[in-house]
Amino acid sequence: MNVSRRKLLVLLPAAAVAWEHVLAGTPENSPNYKETEHWWGMLLDITKCIGCGSCVRACQLENHVPDGYFRTWVERYVVRDWGFEHISVDSPEGGKNGFPAVTGEMGKSFFVPKMCNQCADSPCTQVCPVGATFVSPDGVVLVDKKYCLGCRYCIQACPYGCRFLNPDTNTAEKCSLCYHRITKGLTTACCESCPTGARQLADLKNPADPVHEFLKTHSVQVLKPHLATGAKAFYNGLDGSVR
Amino acid sequence: MSAFKDTGHLVRLAMAFVVGTLLFFVARGFLVPKSFGQYGHYRGAALGEIAAQPISYGGHEVCETCHSDILDVKKAGRHAHVACESCHGPQAKHTEDPGSVVPAKLDTAVLCVRCHEANHSKPMDFPQVHSAEHSSGLKCDTCHQPHTPRIEAKGKK
Repeated sequence: MNVSRRKLLVLLPAAAVAWEHVLAGTPENSPNYKETEHWWGMLLDITKCIGCGSCVRACQLENHVPDGYFRTWVERYVVRDWGFEHISVDSPEGGKNGFPAVTGEMGKSFFVPKMCNQCADSPCTQVCPVGATFVSPDGVVLVDKKYCLGCRYCIQACPYGCRFLNPDTNTAEKCSLCYHRITKGLTTACCESCPTGARQLADLKNPADPVHEFLKTHSVQVLKPHLATGAKAFYNGLDGSVR
Repeated sequence: MSAFKDTGHLVRLAMAFVVGTLLFFVARGFLVPKSFGQYGHYRGAALGEIAAQPISYGGHEVCETCHSDILDVKKAGRHAHVACESCHGPQAKHTEDPGSVVPAKLDTAVLCVRCHEANHSKPMDFPQVHSAEHSSGLKCDTCHQPHTPRIEAKGKK
């Protein structure tokens, strides 16, 4: 490339302005939304999940999740007799197309929808070397695609296996709790499409949210509570065999 | 004063150190995004960028502004709590431009069994059928209207 000194001096301020724009980022899209007034979580009711896979399909369509990767998925547990140690779990295509009926001796069987637990003290954000993943002021664990190096530390750190490396962008990806929707007053794509209400978006800072009444009156559990991750994906009817 | 003899090399080293430190801070000020540290150890502007992603599912409230007739029918039936886009798929584009973006007609033979095909793993109180025995190949909407699936409701639309 042949650039004269004069041309370079003309180009420099333009480049500076462009870099300024990159540094400043895109301005806030939802002017009426205040991060400090919300604390998001999710209620997942195993007693209502029918394993139809609507949530998995909706998530893929809403967030352009590449085929074979999942921000949310559904697992089917089969527990024969009382053998917690001999469970079988399957999730064909993440449960996207439902589940074929199991034949033979069945025992106890149920569906468990899985997703990012939106931990308040998340192990995944703590290991990020560059500050590309973080817990937002409203309690959602997010990934900054522009800052992510693709080092995969967070993928190893997540005890729930909720992260993956997007093969197109080579950046870490996970459930964003449809941050682009909840900041506009909408519910998440999975909650919107769940036909039985097995998934419900929960705003733990909003006293009018029915989640508070539900949490008070039901035996609710989070996954792997012994890890003290501050998980905010609350499961109703969670069987002891679920890992 | 003999201790401070021949200190030229120390001064030069100190100068190089000072210049290096200054350069580091200038470069850092230039390279670190402005919003980094606004809320914590991350780029604050990322929140707005993630929130700016376009939506695909419009949300059932939008459907209700135009399709209140169907909503009235649906409210009375057992599918009252099923959101429109649960069956009809993402329709945000349709809500923006209802004239030219028309949702596809659904095939009840495929649609209904997604939820209602009998499966031991489903909750017992959820209505399920063995579709092959139940309708012997007939499409579900031969008898059931998806918006109000109870059979006696047929004819009311």
